[in-house]
Amino acid sequence: MQIDFNKGARFNVLEFSNLQFAILNLQFEIQMPLSEYLLRLGDDRLILGHRLSEWCGHGPILEEDIALANMALDLIGQANLLLELAGKAEGQGKSADSFAYFREGIEFRNALIVELPRGDFAFTIARQFLVSVFEMLHLEKLQSSAHSDLAGIAAKAFKETRYHARHSADWMLKLGDGTADSHDRVQKTVNELWRFTGELFEVDDVERDLVAEGIAPDRGALRESWRSEVARVLQAATLTVPDDGFMQRGGRDGRHTEHLGLLLAEMQIVARSFPGAEW
Amino acid sequence: MRARDEYWAAVGAVLDPEVPVLSVIDLGIVRDMREEGGTVVVDVTPTYSGCPAMRTIEHDIIEALQQAGAATVKVNTVFQPAWTTDWISPDARERLRAYGIAPPSGAAAVPTELIPLQRRAETIACPRCNSRNTERRSEFGSTACKSIYYCVSCAEPFEYFKPL
Repeated sequence: MQIDFNKGARFNVLEFSNLQFAILNLQFEIQMPLSEYLLRLGDDRLILGHRLSEWCGHGPILEEDIALANMALDLIGQANLLLELAGKAEGQGKSADSFAYFREGIEFRNALIVELPRGDFAFTIARQFLVSVFEMLHLEKLQSSAHSDLAGIAAKAFKETRYHARHSADWMLKLGDGTADSHDRVQKTVNELWRFTGELFEVDDVERDLVAEGIAPDRGALRESWRSEVARVLQAATLTVPDDGFMQRGGRDGRHTEHLGLLLAEMQIVARSFPGAEW
Repeated sequence: MRARDEYWAAVGAVLDPEVPVLSVIDLGIVRDMREEGGTVVVDVTPTYSGCPAMRTIEHDIIEALQQAGAATVKVNTVFQPAWTTDWISPDARERLRAYGIAPPSGAAAVPTELIPLQRRAETIACPRCNSRNTERRSEFGSTACKSIYYCVSCAEPFEYFKPL
């Protein structure tokens, strides 16, 4: 069987030995899921970090302005390490910057919850709380990943994320158990966000293999501990835990909300206007 | 081969640009230094994932080693084990305090509860007047590694190098 390529090159498929097929297959099976997984971890942090950075200069009080910018810095730092590792796993010579600045929306692999606009302070805090409790539980397990660099990055990120989760849990208590207005606004936000939380626990074929190899923790298995940690804080904050209903999904496959495109337009404009620029 | 003493001394003079009373050795971020052929290889581990000082630190290490006579220098980033404030030496903690930053108190132990509710902020002694009548204003401060505190006794704000 002969295949004609555009440039006239000829390629005989039968000359490919079974061994070569086996190697190609193995590379696909190991490298593609790993780089895909690392993009998910990196993109969740890059996009959430960008959303938090939007508060810089707009925080309700100076200390919060500084706190949100600090968490943005941690998250973008973690994204940088994870995307750099994704580039290595993919083996095409891509850097963290090329992933961050030169991909289109459909190539981003973040969960939808992190790309939603920052909203008011209650929205930012409630989202941060729901996501960072998940991240904390996920990173706690990822520290013992069979992939040693990933385990090391996770160990550091776990310690940082504990500070994030504590910060947002403190605010959930203050807002939930605060005035009638703050209570209503944060409850409304939790209710709105709930349908975006299911995606955090979805396990597909990409991750199933990595779980079997001991590289990734099983997200699905974290759901119960997440639920009980979240419920404990919500109840202490006099808030109601919403019922699970229809869950939004699509981010892992590149199907995003319209908000991601606007975020990327802002995040990527300098790198795309002056490609390769350095200072 | 372990790098020779003059290389260790050169790297020991490289200061953290954000906390210029601590060297990179005091901080515990230089994990190993060895000579491989004509190249000095330095293993460095980041403090915080997003620490913006890391690039400057790498650059300063390379420059210091070149001035000490190293022909080629390679800085490796290592991730395991993850950096902890427990690696800051007692002597370095004292220099932090003298500089006006309260050093991390105790070990960075992992609390049994993931999100401790109803916790009281640790009492941290004021680095100026040593009073324990202090309040935490925010766990996040001017850099990733510091919290903001306020001393009721001397009515001055101060920074606390938080345990990690």
